[in-house]
Amino acid sequence: MRQTRSPLRRPTAAGWLLIGSGLFFVVTLLVLPLVLIVSSAFSAGWALFTKNLLEPDMLAAIRLTLWVALLTVPINLIFGTAIAWCVTRFDFPGKKILLAFVDTPYAISPVVAGLCYLLLYGNQGWLGGWLDQHGIQVMFAWPGIVLVTIFVTSPYVARELIPLMQAQGSQEEEAAVLLGANAWTLFRRITLPNIQWALLYGTVLTTARAVGEFGSVAVVSGSIRGHTNTLPLQVQLLQQDYNSVGAFTASLLLACIALLTLLLKTVLEYRQQKTLS
Amino acid sequence: MKGSSRVLPGFRLSLGLGVLYLSLIVLLPATTLVMQAAQIRWSELIFYFTDPRLLAAIRVTFFAATCAAMCNALLGLLLAWILARYEFPGRKLADTLVDLPFALPTAVAGLTLSALFAKNGWIGQLLAPLGVEISFSIAGIILAMTFTSLPFVVRSLQPVIEDLAPEYEEAAECLGANRLQIFLRIILPTLMPALSMGTALALVRSLGEFGAVIFIAGNRPFSTEVVSLMIYTYIGEYAYGAAAAVAFFLLLVSLLILLFVQLLQFRFRARANP
Repeated sequence: MRQTRSPLRRPTAAGWLLIGSGLFFVVTLLVLPLVLIVSSAFSAGWALFTKNLLEPDMLAAIRLTLWVALLTVPINLIFGTAIAWCVTRFDFPGKKILLAFVDTPYAISPVVAGLCYLLLYGNQGWLGGWLDQHGIQVMFAWPGIVLVTIFVTSPYVARELIPLMQAQGSQEEEAAVLLGANAWTLFRRITLPNIQWALLYGTVLTTARAVGEFGSVAVVSGSIRGHTNTLPLQVQLLQQDYNSVGAFTASLLLACIALLTLLLKTVLEYRQQKTLS
Repeated sequence: MKGSSRVLPGFRLSLGLGVLYLSLIVLLPATTLVMQAAQIRWSELIFYFTDPRLLAAIRVTFFAATCAAMCNALLGLLLAWILARYEFPGRKLADTLVDLPFALPTAVAGLTLSALFAKNGWIGQLLAPLGVEISFSIAGIILAMTFTSLPFVVRSLQPVIEDLAPEYEEAAECLGANRLQIFLRIILPTLMPALSMGTALALVRSLGEFGAVIFIAGNRPFSTEVVSLMIYTYIGEYAYGAAAAVAFFLLLVSLLILLFVQLLQFRFRARANP
Protein backbone atom coordinates (compact mmCIF):
# COMPACT_ATOMS: atom_id res chain seq x y z
CA MET A 1 0.00 0.00 0.00
CA ARG A 2 1.05 3.56 -0.62
CA GLN A 3 2.08 5.25 2.58
CA THR A 4 1.37 8.88 3.18
CA ARG A 5 3.85 11.12 1.45
CA SER A 6 6.63 12.15 3.83
CA PRO A 7 6.60 15.94 4.12
CA LEU A 8 9.22 18.12 2.50
CA ARG A 9 11.97 19.13 4.88
CA ARG A 10 13.90 22.27 5.51
CA PRO A 11 17.36 21.54 4.17
CA THR A 12 20.32 21.12 6.51
CA ALA A 13 23.79 22.36 5.58
CA ALA A 14 24.48 19.10 3.74
CA GLY A 15 21.07 19.40 2.14
CA TRP A 16 21.91 22.84 0.76
CA LEU A 17 25.09 21.39 -0.71
CA LEU A 18 23.06 18.72 -2.53
CA ILE A 19 20.50 21.27 -3.67
CA GLY A 20 23.27 23.55 -4.90
CA SER A 21 24.92 20.86 -6.98
CA GLY A 22 21.56 19.64 -8.30
CA LEU A 23 20.55 23.14 -9.35
CA PHE A 24 23.97 23.62 -10.98
CA PHE A 25 23.18 20.72 -13.34
CA VAL A 26 19.62 21.93 -13.91
CA VAL A 27 20.96 25.34 -14.95
CA THR A 28 23.80 24.11 -17.17
CA LEU A 29 21.93 21.26 -18.84
CA LEU A 30 18.36 22.53 -18.99
CA VAL A 31 18.19 26.31 -18.59
CA LEU A 32 21.27 27.45 -20.53
CA PRO A 33 20.30 25.55 -23.72
CA LEU A 34 16.93 27.32 -23.75
CA VAL A 35 18.59 30.71 -23.27
CA LEU A 36 21.07 29.87 -26.03
CA ILE A 37 18.29 28.99 -28.49
CA VAL A 38 16.53 32.32 -27.96
CA SER A 39 19.71 34.38 -28.08
CA SER A 40 21.03 32.60 -31.20
CA ALA A 41 17.74 32.91 -33.09
CA PHE A 42 17.74 36.66 -32.48
CA SER A 43 21.53 37.10 -32.70
CA ALA A 44 21.24 38.88 -36.05
CA GLY A 45 18.22 40.96 -35.12
CA TRP A 46 14.48 40.80 -35.64
CA ALA A 47 14.64 41.43 -39.36
CA LEU A 48 16.68 38.29 -40.10
CA PHE A 49 14.58 36.27 -37.65
CA THR A 50 11.37 37.11 -39.52
CA LYS A 51 13.09 36.63 -42.88
CA ASN A 52 14.24 33.14 -41.81
CA LEU A 53 10.79 32.37 -40.52
CA LEU A 54 9.08 33.39 -43.76
CA GLU A 55 11.41 31.45 -46.10
CA PRO A 56 9.20 29.27 -48.34
CA ASP A 57 11.08 26.10 -47.29
CA MET A 58 10.58 26.94 -43.63
CA LEU A 59 6.87 27.59 -44.14
CA ALA A 60 6.53 24.32 -46.07
CA ALA A 61 8.29 22.48 -43.20
CA ILE A 62 5.96 24.06 -40.65
CA ARG A 63 2.90 23.14 -42.74
CA LEU A 64 4.04 19.53 -43.18
CA THR A 65 4.88 19.16 -39.49
CA LEU A 66 1.46 20.43 -38.45
CA TRP A 67 -0.24 18.17 -41.01
CA VAL A 68 1.60 15.12 -39.65
CA ALA A 69 0.66 15.99 -36.07
CA LEU A 70 -2.94 16.63 -37.10
CA LEU A 71 -3.24 13.12 -38.54
CA THR A 72 -1.21 11.33 -35.87
CA VAL A 73 -2.84 12.68 -32.74
CA PRO A 74 -6.50 11.67 -33.33
CA ILE A 75 -5.49 8.18 -34.48
CA ASN A 76 -3.35 7.56 -31.41
CA LEU A 77 -6.01 9.10 -29.19
CA ILE A 78 -8.74 6.73 -30.38
CA PHE A 79 -6.65 3.55 -30.39
CA GLY A 80 -4.76 4.47 -27.20
CA THR A 81 -8.04 4.94 -25.34
CA ALA A 82 -9.38 1.65 -26.72
CA ILE A 83 -6.28 -0.21 -25.52
CA ALA A 84 -6.44 1.41 -22.07
CA TRP A 85 -10.15 0.52 -21.79
CA CYS A 86 -9.66 -3.10 -22.72
CA VAL A 87 -6.62 -3.78 -20.49
CA THR A 88 -7.92 -1.97 -17.40
CA ARG A 89 -11.56 -3.09 -17.52
CA PHE A 90 -11.30 -6.72 -18.63
CA ASP A 91 -9.21 -9.81 -17.97
CA PHE A 92 -8.34 -11.91 -20.96
CA PRO A 93 -5.62 -14.31 -22.02
CA GLY A 94 -2.72 -12.58 -23.76
CA LYS A 95 -3.13 -9.27 -21.91
CA LYS A 96 0.55 -9.26 -20.90
CA ILE A 97 1.58 -9.81 -24.52
CA LEU A 98 -0.65 -6.97 -25.67
CA LEU A 99 0.96 -4.67 -23.09
CA ALA A 100 4.43 -5.77 -24.18
CA PHE A 101 3.58 -4.70 -27.73
CA VAL A 102 2.33 -1.35 -26.45
CA ASP A 103 5.77 -0.75 -24.92
CA THR A 104 7.82 -2.08 -27.83
CA PRO A 105 8.31 1.31 -29.55
CA TYR A 106 10.13 2.54 -26.41
CA ALA A 107 12.81 -0.10 -26.94
CA ILE A 108 13.29 0.55 -30.65
CA SER A 109 15.78 3.13 -31.86
CA PRO A 110 14.14 5.74 -34.10
CA VAL A 111 16.41 4.81 -37.00
CA VAL A 112 15.48 1.14 -36.62
CA ALA A 113 11.79 2.13 -36.58
CA GLY A 114 12.29 4.01 -39.83
CA LEU A 115 14.08 1.01 -41.33
CA CYS A 116 11.22 -1.34 -40.37
CA TYR A 117 8.77 0.83 -42.28
CA LEU A 118 11.16 1.24 -45.19
CA LEU A 119 11.51 -2.54 -45.50
CA LEU A 120 7.74 -2.91 -45.44
CA TYR A 121 6.58 -0.06 -47.69
CA GLY A 122 9.73 0.71 -49.70
CA ASN A 123 10.19 -0.14 -53.37
CA GLN A 124 11.56 -3.61 -52.67
CA GLY A 125 9.40 -4.05 -49.58
CA TRP A 126 6.61 -6.53 -48.92
CA LEU A 127 3.82 -4.09 -49.57
CA GLY A 128 5.88 -1.62 -51.55
CA GLY A 129 5.56 -3.44 -54.89
CA TRP A 130 1.79 -3.70 -54.64
CA LEU A 131 1.45 -0.07 -53.57
CA ASP A 132 3.71 0.99 -56.43
CA GLN A 133 1.52 -0.81 -59.00
CA HIS A 134 -1.47 1.08 -57.70
CA GLY A 135 0.34 4.38 -57.83
CA ILE A 136 0.41 4.92 -54.09
CA GLN A 137 3.63 6.33 -52.74
CA VAL A 138 4.16 5.85 -49.02
CA MET A 139 7.92 6.13 -48.60
CA PHE A 140 9.64 9.45 -49.26
CA ALA A 141 6.23 11.13 -49.06
CA TRP A 142 4.01 12.37 -46.25
CA PRO A 143 2.10 9.09 -45.65
CA GLY A 144 5.37 7.41 -44.62
CA ILE A 145 6.19 10.24 -42.25
CA VAL A 146 2.73 9.95 -40.68
CA LEU A 147 3.11 6.16 -40.28
CA VAL A 148 6.47 6.28 -38.49
CA THR A 149 5.26 9.15 -36.34
CA ILE A 150 2.23 7.08 -35.29
CA PHE A 151 4.62 4.23 -34.45
CA VAL A 152 6.97 6.35 -32.38
CA THR A 153 4.19 8.08 -30.43
CA SER A 154 1.90 5.03 -30.11
CA PRO A 155 2.58 4.24 -26.41
CA TYR A 156 1.94 7.70 -24.97
CA VAL A 157 -1.87 7.90 -24.70
CA ALA A 158 -2.28 4.31 -23.49
CA ARG A 159 0.61 4.59 -21.01
CA GLU A 160 -0.80 7.84 -19.61
CA LEU A 161 -4.30 6.37 -19.16
CA ILE A 162 -3.59 2.82 -17.93
CA PRO A 163 -2.25 3.58 -14.41
CA LEU A 164 -4.98 6.16 -13.84
CA MET A 165 -7.84 3.93 -14.99
CA GLN A 166 -6.41 1.06 -12.97
CA ALA A 167 -6.34 3.23 -9.84
CA GLN A 168 -9.89 4.49 -10.39
CA GLY A 169 -11.38 1.02 -10.81
CA SER A 170 -14.67 0.38 -12.57
CA GLN A 171 -17.27 0.66 -9.80
CA GLU A 172 -18.80 3.88 -11.09
CA GLU A 173 -19.02 2.44 -14.58
CA GLU A 174 -20.59 -0.80 -13.37
CA ALA A 175 -23.16 1.22 -11.41
CA ALA A 176 -23.99 3.15 -14.57
CA VAL A 177 -24.52 -0.07 -16.51
CA LEU A 178 -26.84 -1.39 -13.80
CA LEU A 179 -28.79 1.85 -13.99
CA GLY A 180 -29.27 1.19 -17.69
CA ALA A 181 -26.75 3.49 -19.35
CA ASN A 182 -25.75 2.43 -22.86
CA ALA A 183 -22.09 2.20 -23.89
CA TRP A 184 -21.82 5.68 -25.37
CA THR A 185 -23.57 7.38 -22.44
CA LEU A 186 -21.38 5.42 -20.05
CA PHE A 187 -18.21 6.55 -21.76
CA ARG A 188 -19.29 10.15 -22.22
CA ARG A 189 -20.80 10.74 -18.78
CA ILE A 190 -18.67 8.56 -16.46
CA THR A 191 -15.34 7.55 -17.99
CA LEU A 192 -14.49 10.68 -19.94
CA PRO A 193 -14.93 13.15 -17.05
CA ASN A 194 -12.74 10.91 -14.88
CA ILE A 195 -9.89 10.68 -17.34
CA GLN A 196 -10.22 13.94 -19.26
CA TRP A 197 -7.12 15.68 -17.95
CA ALA A 198 -4.88 12.65 -18.37
CA LEU A 199 -6.31 12.18 -21.85
CA LEU A 200 -5.55 15.80 -22.63
CA TYR A 201 -2.01 15.39 -21.33
CA GLY A 202 -1.60 12.28 -23.46
CA THR A 203 -2.66 14.41 -26.42
CA VAL A 204 -0.19 17.14 -25.55
CA LEU A 205 2.64 14.64 -25.16
CA THR A 206 1.79 12.92 -28.45
CA THR A 207 1.67 16.26 -30.23
CA ALA A 208 5.03 17.32 -28.84
CA ARG A 209 6.69 14.06 -29.85
CA ALA A 210 4.99 14.00 -33.23
CA VAL A 211 6.21 17.49 -34.02
CA GLY A 212 9.76 16.77 -32.85
CA GLU A 213 10.42 13.26 -34.19
CA PHE A 214 13.72 13.19 -36.06
CA GLY A 215 15.46 9.83 -36.51
CA SER A 216 12.68 7.73 -37.98
CA VAL A 217 11.36 10.57 -40.11
CA ALA A 218 14.88 11.18 -41.45
CA VAL A 219 14.91 7.59 -42.75
CA VAL A 220 11.53 7.59 -44.48
CA SER A 221 11.16 11.18 -45.65
CA GLY A 222 13.96 11.45 -48.21
CA SER A 223 14.36 15.07 -47.02
CA ILE A 224 13.17 16.69 -50.21
CA ARG A 225 13.45 20.41 -49.64
CA GLY A 226 10.09 22.14 -49.46
CA HIS A 227 8.26 18.82 -49.89
CA THR A 228 9.07 16.13 -47.33
CA ASN A 229 11.08 18.16 -44.85
CA THR A 230 9.60 18.43 -41.39
CA LEU A 231 10.71 21.11 -38.96
CA PRO A 232 13.33 18.99 -37.13
CA LEU A 233 14.81 17.94 -40.49
CA GLN A 234 14.84 21.60 -41.49
CA VAL A 235 16.98 22.27 -38.40
CA GLN A 236 19.55 19.79 -39.69
CA LEU A 237 19.40 21.07 -43.26
CA LEU A 238 19.95 24.69 -42.23
CA GLN A 239 22.80 23.63 -39.95
CA GLN A 240 24.47 21.79 -42.86
CA ASP A 241 24.00 24.91 -44.98
CA TYR A 242 25.97 26.84 -42.33
CA ASN A 243 22.85 28.91 -41.69
CA SER A 244 23.17 28.73 -37.94
CA VAL A 245 20.71 31.55 -37.25
CA GLY A 246 18.12 29.81 -39.43
CA ALA A 247 18.68 26.50 -37.64
CA PHE A 248 18.14 28.21 -34.30
CA THR A 249 15.04 29.96 -35.63
CA ALA A 250 13.47 26.59 -36.44
CA SER A 251 14.75 25.32 -33.07
CA LEU A 252 13.07 28.21 -31.29
CA LEU A 253 9.69 27.22 -32.74
CA LEU A 254 10.20 23.64 -31.56
CA ALA A 255 11.48 24.77 -28.15
CA CYS A 256 8.36 26.91 -27.69
CA ILE A 257 6.21 23.83 -28.32
CA ALA A 258 8.31 21.92 -25.77
CA LEU A 259 7.90 24.64 -23.14
CA LEU A 260 4.17 24.82 -23.81
CA THR A 261 4.07 21.05 -23.28
CA LEU A 262 5.76 21.37 -19.89
CA LEU A 263 3.41 24.18 -18.87
CA LEU A 264 0.31 22.20 -19.88
CA LYS A 265 1.65 19.11 -18.12
CA THR A 266 1.88 21.00 -14.83
CA VAL A 267 -1.61 22.45 -15.22
CA LEU A 268 -3.23 19.19 -16.38
CA GLU A 269 -1.64 17.06 -13.64
CA TYR A 270 -2.93 19.52 -11.07
CA ARG A 271 -6.45 19.36 -12.54
CA GLN A 272 -6.34 15.55 -12.68
CA GLN A 273 -5.39 15.38 -9.01
CA LYS A 274 -8.27 17.70 -8.14
CA THR A 275 -10.69 15.46 -10.10
CA LEU A 276 -9.43 12.43 -8.20
CA SER A 277 -9.77 13.90 -4.72
CA MET B 1 -11.96 -5.09 -11.58
CA LYS B 2 -12.23 -8.77 -12.44
CA GLY B 3 -13.91 -8.95 -15.78
CA SER B 4 -15.12 -12.53 -15.59
CA SER B 5 -18.72 -11.33 -15.60
CA ARG B 6 -17.97 -8.64 -18.21
CA VAL B 7 -20.69 -6.29 -17.08
CA LEU B 8 -19.06 -3.42 -18.89
CA PRO B 9 -19.63 -2.91 -22.59
CA GLY B 10 -17.03 -2.58 -25.32
CA PHE B 11 -14.78 -5.57 -24.70
CA ARG B 12 -14.83 -6.87 -28.25
CA LEU B 13 -14.71 -3.44 -29.81
CA SER B 14 -11.79 -2.15 -27.71
CA LEU B 15 -9.84 -5.40 -27.94
CA GLY B 16 -10.44 -5.55 -31.69
CA LEU B 17 -9.32 -1.98 -32.23
CA GLY B 18 -6.29 -2.46 -29.99
CA VAL B 19 -5.15 -5.66 -31.66
CA LEU B 20 -5.72 -4.26 -35.15
CA TYR B 21 -3.79 -1.11 -34.35
CA LEU B 22 -0.85 -2.87 -32.67
CA SER B 23 -0.68 -5.45 -35.47
CA LEU B 24 -0.51 -2.84 -38.20
CA ILE B 25 1.63 -0.26 -36.43
CA VAL B 26 4.01 -2.36 -34.30
CA LEU B 27 3.87 -6.06 -35.11
CA LEU B 28 3.89 -5.96 -38.92
CA PRO B 29 6.85 -3.56 -39.31
CA ALA B 30 8.82 -5.33 -36.56
CA THR B 31 8.17 -8.71 -38.18
CA THR B 32 9.37 -7.33 -41.50
CA LEU B 33 12.68 -6.45 -39.91
CA VAL B 34 13.01 -9.87 -38.27
CA MET B 35 12.17 -11.65 -41.55
CA GLN B 36 14.64 -9.52 -43.47
CA ALA B 37 17.33 -10.30 -40.88
CA ALA B 38 16.45 -14.01 -41.01
CA GLN B 39 17.15 -14.12 -44.77
CA ILE B 40 20.74 -13.03 -44.28
CA ARG B 41 23.25 -15.83 -44.83
CA TRP B 42 25.88 -16.61 -42.19
CA SER B 43 28.70 -15.67 -44.54
CA GLU B 44 27.13 -12.23 -45.07
CA LEU B 45 26.60 -11.83 -41.35
CA ILE B 46 30.25 -12.56 -40.65
CA PHE B 47 31.20 -10.14 -43.39
CA TYR B 48 29.07 -7.34 -41.87
CA PHE B 49 30.17 -7.91 -38.30
CA THR B 50 33.88 -8.05 -39.04
CA ASP B 51 33.92 -4.61 -40.65
CA PRO B 52 36.29 -2.66 -38.39
CA ARG B 53 34.30 0.54 -38.93
CA LEU B 54 31.12 -1.11 -37.59
CA LEU B 55 33.00 -2.72 -34.71
CA ALA B 56 34.42 0.67 -33.76
CA ALA B 57 30.92 2.17 -33.87
CA ILE B 58 29.58 -0.63 -31.66
CA ARG B 59 32.41 -0.05 -29.17
CA VAL B 60 31.84 3.71 -29.12
CA THR B 61 28.07 3.32 -28.73
CA PHE B 62 28.22 0.81 -25.88
CA PHE B 63 30.95 2.72 -24.07
CA ALA B 64 29.16 6.07 -24.37
CA ALA B 65 25.72 4.64 -23.52
CA THR B 66 27.11 2.89 -20.42
CA CYS B 67 28.81 6.10 -19.27
CA ALA B 68 25.63 8.07 -19.95
CA ALA B 69 23.53 5.56 -18.00
CA MET B 70 25.97 5.81 -15.06
CA CYS B 71 25.88 9.62 -15.18
CA ASN B 72 22.11 9.40 -15.26
CA ALA B 73 22.01 7.06 -12.28
CA LEU B 74 24.07 9.51 -10.19
CA LEU B 75 22.53 12.72 -11.48
CA GLY B 76 19.04 11.20 -11.38
CA LEU B 77 19.54 10.09 -7.78
CA LEU B 78 20.71 13.58 -6.82
CA LEU B 79 17.84 15.37 -8.58
CA ALA B 80 15.13 12.96 -7.42
CA TRP B 81 16.44 13.21 -3.87
CA ILE B 82 16.45 17.01 -3.62
CA LEU B 83 13.11 17.33 -5.46
CA ALA B 84 11.38 14.76 -3.25
CA ARG B 85 12.99 15.67 0.05
CA TYR B 86 13.68 19.36 0.42
CA GLU B 87 11.74 22.57 0.25
CA PHE B 88 13.77 25.23 -1.55
CA PRO B 89 13.08 28.18 -3.81
CA GLY B 90 12.69 27.11 -7.44
CA ARG B 91 11.78 23.52 -6.58
CA LYS B 92 8.58 23.50 -8.64
CA LEU B 93 10.35 25.04 -11.64
CA ALA B 94 13.24 22.56 -11.45
CA ASP B 95 10.73 19.72 -11.12
CA THR B 96 8.95 20.85 -14.30
CA LEU B 97 12.20 21.41 -16.22
CA VAL B 98 13.36 17.84 -15.58
CA ASP B 99 10.91 16.72 -18.27
CA LEU B 100 12.40 19.09 -20.84
CA PRO B 101 14.60 16.41 -22.51
CA PHE B 102 11.47 14.40 -23.35
CA ALA B 103 9.57 17.41 -24.66
CA LEU B 104 12.42 19.01 -26.62
CA PRO B 105 13.03 17.46 -30.06
CA THR B 106 16.30 15.55 -30.12
CA ALA B 107 17.59 17.51 -33.10
CA VAL B 108 17.14 20.75 -31.20
CA ALA B 109 18.85 19.26 -28.14
CA GLY B 110 21.82 18.11 -30.22
CA LEU B 111 22.20 21.40 -32.07
CA THR B 112 22.00 23.44 -28.88
CA LEU B 113 24.31 21.28 -26.76
CA SER B 114 26.91 21.19 -29.51
CA ALA B 115 26.82 25.01 -29.75
CA LEU B 116 26.93 25.36 -25.97
CA PHE B 117 29.92 23.04 -25.51
CA ALA B 118 31.85 23.92 -28.69
CA LYS B 119 35.26 25.54 -28.24
CA ASN B 120 33.77 29.02 -28.72
CA GLY B 121 30.49 28.18 -26.95
CA TRP B 122 29.32 29.59 -23.62
CA ILE B 123 30.48 26.59 -21.60
CA GLY B 124 33.02 25.20 -24.06
CA GLN B 125 35.23 28.30 -23.84
CA LEU B 126 35.44 27.86 -20.07
CA LEU B 127 36.55 24.25 -20.52
CA ALA B 128 38.91 24.80 -23.44
CA PRO B 129 41.77 26.29 -21.34
CA LEU B 130 41.57 23.16 -19.16
CA GLY B 131 42.11 21.04 -22.24
CA VAL B 132 38.61 19.57 -22.06
CA GLU B 133 36.87 19.17 -25.40
CA ILE B 134 33.27 18.08 -25.43
CA SER B 135 31.66 18.86 -28.76
CA PHE B 136 32.86 16.62 -31.61
CA SER B 137 34.36 14.02 -29.26
CA ILE B 138 33.11 10.98 -27.38
CA ALA B 139 32.45 13.22 -24.35
CA GLY B 140 29.90 15.02 -26.52
CA ILE B 141 28.19 11.74 -27.35
CA ILE B 142 27.98 10.91 -23.65
CA LEU B 143 26.62 14.40 -22.92
CA ALA B 144 23.92 14.13 -25.60
CA MET B 145 22.89 10.65 -24.43
CA THR B 146 22.79 11.79 -20.80
CA PHE B 147 20.62 14.75 -21.74
CA THR B 148 18.05 12.84 -23.78
CA SER B 149 17.53 10.14 -21.15
CA LEU B 150 17.77 12.32 -18.04
CA PRO B 151 14.10 12.06 -16.94
CA PHE B 152 14.02 8.22 -16.76
CA VAL B 153 15.92 7.81 -13.48
CA VAL B 154 14.50 10.93 -11.84
CA ARG B 155 10.92 10.00 -12.61
CA SER B 156 11.24 6.38 -11.51
CA LEU B 157 12.97 7.31 -8.22
CA GLN B 158 10.91 10.31 -7.20
CA PRO B 159 7.72 8.51 -6.08
CA VAL B 160 9.76 5.89 -4.19
CA ILE B 161 11.72 8.55 -2.29
CA GLU B 162 8.47 10.39 -1.51
CA ASP B 163 7.05 7.16 -0.05
CA LEU B 164 10.11 6.26 2.07
CA ALA B 165 8.87 5.88 5.62
CA PRO B 166 11.00 8.05 7.92
CA GLU B 167 10.78 5.47 10.76
CA TYR B 168 13.60 3.27 9.45
CA GLU B 169 15.99 6.16 9.09
CA GLU B 170 15.08 7.39 12.57
CA ALA B 171 15.55 3.92 14.04
CA ALA B 172 18.94 3.57 12.39
CA GLU B 173 19.94 6.98 13.66
CA CYS B 174 18.91 6.03 17.22
CA LEU B 175 21.01 2.88 16.91
CA GLY B 176 24.01 5.06 16.14
CA ALA B 177 24.37 4.77 12.37
CA ASN B 178 25.98 7.70 10.66
CA ARG B 179 24.53 9.40 7.58
CA LEU B 180 26.58 7.42 5.09
CA GLN B 181 25.62 4.12 6.74
CA ILE B 182 21.95 5.11 6.72
CA PHE B 183 22.16 5.96 3.04
CA LEU B 184 24.06 2.84 1.99
CA ARG B 185 22.33 0.31 4.25
CA ILE B 186 18.77 1.64 4.55
CA ILE B 187 17.93 4.00 1.72
CA LEU B 188 19.86 2.67 -1.27
CA PRO B 189 18.56 -0.92 -1.02
CA THR B 190 14.99 0.41 -1.00
CA LEU B 191 15.70 2.48 -4.08
CA MET B 192 17.50 -0.27 -6.01
CA PRO B 193 14.48 -1.65 -7.96
CA ALA B 194 13.45 1.79 -9.25
CA LEU B 195 17.05 2.89 -9.77
CA SER B 196 17.95 -0.19 -11.82
CA MET B 197 14.76 0.15 -13.89
CA GLY B 198 15.35 3.83 -14.63
CA THR B 199 19.01 3.23 -15.47
CA ALA B 200 18.14 0.39 -17.84
CA LEU B 201 15.57 2.52 -19.66
CA ALA B 202 18.17 5.28 -19.94
CA LEU B 203 20.72 2.77 -21.28
CA VAL B 204 18.34 1.42 -23.92
CA ARG B 205 17.36 4.90 -24.99
CA SER B 206 21.03 5.93 -25.20
CA LEU B 207 22.01 2.90 -27.28
CA GLY B 208 19.50 3.88 -29.95
CA GLU B 209 19.80 7.67 -29.73
CA PHE B 210 20.31 9.30 -33.09
CA GLY B 211 19.09 12.90 -33.41
CA ALA B 212 20.91 14.46 -30.49
CA VAL B 213 24.12 12.48 -31.01
CA ILE B 214 24.77 13.16 -34.69
CA PHE B 215 24.74 16.94 -34.14
CA ILE B 216 27.40 16.86 -31.44
CA ALA B 217 29.51 13.79 -32.30
CA GLY B 218 31.37 15.03 -35.35
CA ASN B 219 30.67 11.57 -36.84
CA ARG B 220 34.26 10.67 -37.74
CA PRO B 221 34.53 7.00 -38.81
CA PHE B 222 36.38 4.78 -36.29
CA SER B 223 36.19 7.35 -33.49
CA THR B 224 32.89 9.19 -33.05
CA GLU B 225 30.38 7.23 -35.12
CA VAL B 226 27.48 5.53 -33.34
CA VAL B 227 25.58 2.39 -34.35
CA SER B 228 22.35 4.19 -35.23
CA LEU B 229 24.30 6.43 -37.60
CA MET B 230 25.88 3.34 -39.20
CA ILE B 231 22.38 1.95 -39.83
CA TYR B 232 21.37 5.30 -41.30
CA THR B 233 24.43 5.28 -43.56
CA TYR B 234 23.71 1.72 -44.74
CA ILE B 235 20.15 2.76 -45.60
CA GLY B 236 21.50 5.70 -47.60
CA GLU B 237 23.73 3.28 -49.54
CA TYR B 238 20.76 0.93 -50.15
CA ALA B 239 22.65 -1.77 -48.20
CA TYR B 240 19.41 -2.99 -46.63
CA GLY B 241 20.90 -6.35 -45.65
CA ALA B 242 23.60 -4.78 -43.53
CA ALA B 243 21.13 -2.23 -42.14
CA ALA B 244 18.69 -4.99 -41.15
CA ALA B 245 21.43 -7.11 -39.56
CA VAL B 246 22.76 -4.26 -37.41
CA ALA B 247 19.25 -3.01 -36.57
CA PHE B 248 18.24 -6.50 -35.48
CA PHE B 249 21.36 -6.73 -33.33
CA LEU B 250 20.56 -3.39 -31.67
CA LEU B 251 16.94 -4.42 -31.09
CA LEU B 252 18.02 -7.74 -29.60
CA VAL B 253 20.46 -6.10 -27.19
CA SER B 254 17.81 -3.58 -26.09
CA LEU B 255 15.24 -6.30 -25.45
CA LEU B 256 17.79 -8.41 -23.54
CA ILE B 257 18.66 -5.47 -21.29
CA LEU B 258 14.98 -4.87 -20.54
CA LEU B 259 14.41 -8.57 -19.91
CA PHE B 260 17.38 -8.72 -17.56
CA VAL B 261 16.08 -5.79 -15.54
CA GLN B 262 12.61 -7.36 -15.36
CA LEU B 263 14.18 -10.51 -13.91
CA LEU B 264 16.14 -8.35 -11.50
CA GLN B 265 12.86 -6.81 -10.32
CA PHE B 266 11.57 -10.28 -9.40
CA ARG B 267 14.74 -10.88 -7.39
CA PHE B 268 14.30 -7.59 -5.54
CA ARG B 269 10.65 -8.38 -4.83
CA ALA B 270 11.51 -11.86 -3.59
CA ARG B 271 14.13 -10.40 -1.27
CA ALA B 272 11.72 -7.76 0.05
CA ASN B 273 8.96 -10.30 0.86
CA PRO B 274 10.65 -13.66 1.48
